[in-house]
Amino acid sequence: MNAGMDELYREVILDHHRSPRGREPLPGPVDARAEGKNPSCGDELVLELACAAGAITGAHVECRGCAIATASSSILAELVAGRTPQQARALAEAFRTAMHSPDGVLADDLDPGDLEVLTGVRKFPARVKCALLPWITLLSALDAGGDGAPAAPATTEA
Amino acid sequence: MTRGDSLRAPAGVEPCAGQAGDCNRCGRIFADRFPVLGRHVNGRPLVYLDSAATTQKPGSVIAAEARYYREHNANVHRGMHTLGVEATDLYEGCRSRVGRFLGVPAERVVVTRGATSALNLVAGGLGPSLRPGDEILVTAMEHHANLVPWIEVARREGLVLRHLPLTAGGELDLDALPRLLTARTRVVALTHVSNVLGTINPVAEVAAAAHRRGAVVVVDAAQSVGHLPFTFDELGADYLVFSAHKAYGPMGLGFLVGGPDALERLQPVEFGGEMIETVTLDGATWAAIPYRFEAGTPNVGAAAAFPAALDTIDEATLQRLRQHEISLTAYALERLGRLGGLTIYGPLDAARRGGLVSFHDPMVHPHDMAQLLDSLGIAVRAGHHCAQPLHRSLGVVATSRASFGMYNAHDDIDALIDGIGYARSVFGA
Repeated sequence: MNAGMDELYREVILDHHRSPRGREPLPGPVDARAEGKNPSCGDELVLELACAAGAITGAHVECRGCAIATASSSILAELVAGRTPQQARALAEAFRTAMHSPDGVLADDLDPGDLEVLTGVRKFPARVKCALLPWITLLSALDAGGDGAPAAPATTEA
Repeated sequence: MTRGDSLRAPAGVEPCAGQAGDCNRCGRIFADRFPVLGRHVNGRPLVYLDSAATTQKPGSVIAAEARYYREHNANVHRGMHTLGVEATDLYEGCRSRVGRFLGVPAERVVVTRGATSALNLVAGGLGPSLRPGDEILVTAMEHHANLVPWIEVARREGLVLRHLPLTAGGELDLDALPRLLTARTRVVALTHVSNVLGTINPVAEVAAAAHRRGAVVVVDAAQSVGHLPFTFDELGADYLVFSAHKAYGPMGLGFLVGGPDALERLQPVEFGGEMIETVTLDGATWAAIPYRFEAGTPNVGAAAAFPAALDTIDEATLQRLRQHEISLTAYALERLGRLGGLTIYGPLDAARRGGLVSFHDPMVHPHDMAQLLDSLGIAVRAGHHCAQPLHRSLGVVATSRASFGMYNAHDDIDALIDGIGYARSVFGA
């Protein structure tokens, strides 16, 4: 690839894009749900979470988005399972901060997995929203969880 | 790449006489006058295929705007000193030049910030004369600029917004027009050329039908002025809007052109300096048309520069520019079609389209397509192109769009085709 494209479309990202995780509908009840939009390009995402015993047990994602948004949503589905809502929120907020910081470092104790690779997208400012879309949708789903109130649709413009 | 038979202009399309004249296909027209085309992007020569978003500017336009600020800069219509008189002459000269270009007297040309603000002026200006239950008919292919102002004025005034549907081929469904034009229809708003489908709409035909019902017609000519040969009267509309920057002119400048007595029907929507006749502490009367629609200090620098763009267009002639865009569009349709696997939107016949082609590759999302093409120095637009309802009806959230100007040539489309192949290879397709 050329002109830094290998930095954007890393093999890990392409792999998540080719075979995204979290595309199977959740087997049981949905405990939290949110929709996200990127108004600048029209990309749309629906995220559903299942919880049990104080932890997220699974995520289902429907993403109509580019390779970056799709890979990011796949990484999200992989990473949130097994975390408490608080841990998932901490990870989403750390990722959002990292995408707007020059060094883009995610602390090891967050166990960021493939998300670390995705922070490379911050060097392509036009694509930061693509990478963030699933994660701001997660924050919106977590805001809605528990009290039964539906989440306001998340937007990358917020 | 060698120029083989397959790369010749498709049958039925007359190759235009390009400036270079060294090829059996289209030569670029005046490309050497557009300074930005000399630059490199990501290490490659720029291939600019985003003229529907904004055209590049010839050096004469850039120089004219710079000259205004170097030699004349002053506020307009307060001509107590020499610079003020010169600035006013340049500003009014632009109004006259636009009038001449479209075949209307200068006093029917309102200078605005762009097509969007001109459409807001028409919608907001007509609004107070409309009654609850009155109907506005828009088409299903409008840019948000010719949709959202009508949504807003309909909400404010209690109007009914109706939509003229499209055929499967991406043209207006004129069979639906008689039933949608009712005794309550007051306004019909449509684009001249779709910024997504490329479709050239039969504005005169729609306008005649609308006028028989007593409705006024608003045409968004943002994609057609400077690209298609026509006069204001030929379109038969009551209001026409466009932006200078899509017609090789500067940004921050647009126009509303009104038919005879059409501007008289508009209430001003912006108030302040320049638009008044007399102001007391609790009252004001409006200046004459068109000045009452031009509150505040306008973009005089851009107005001083735009005539140079129209001069360039006239030097090339609109007939030749149109032929050039048809040739490029036909070639793009043919090559994109031959790639296979792409969905291409809009009419198949280049002569029925403006100079743009939108497409969707199920293997490569438009955002990724644009990024990977950019890495090759190729600029295309990706996204919903400010036409979300249309994209929803096409069943996609976004498309990729290549659009052409006088400076493009068939070689640019060859580069695009190679670039799409590269983008597909990145995704293993």
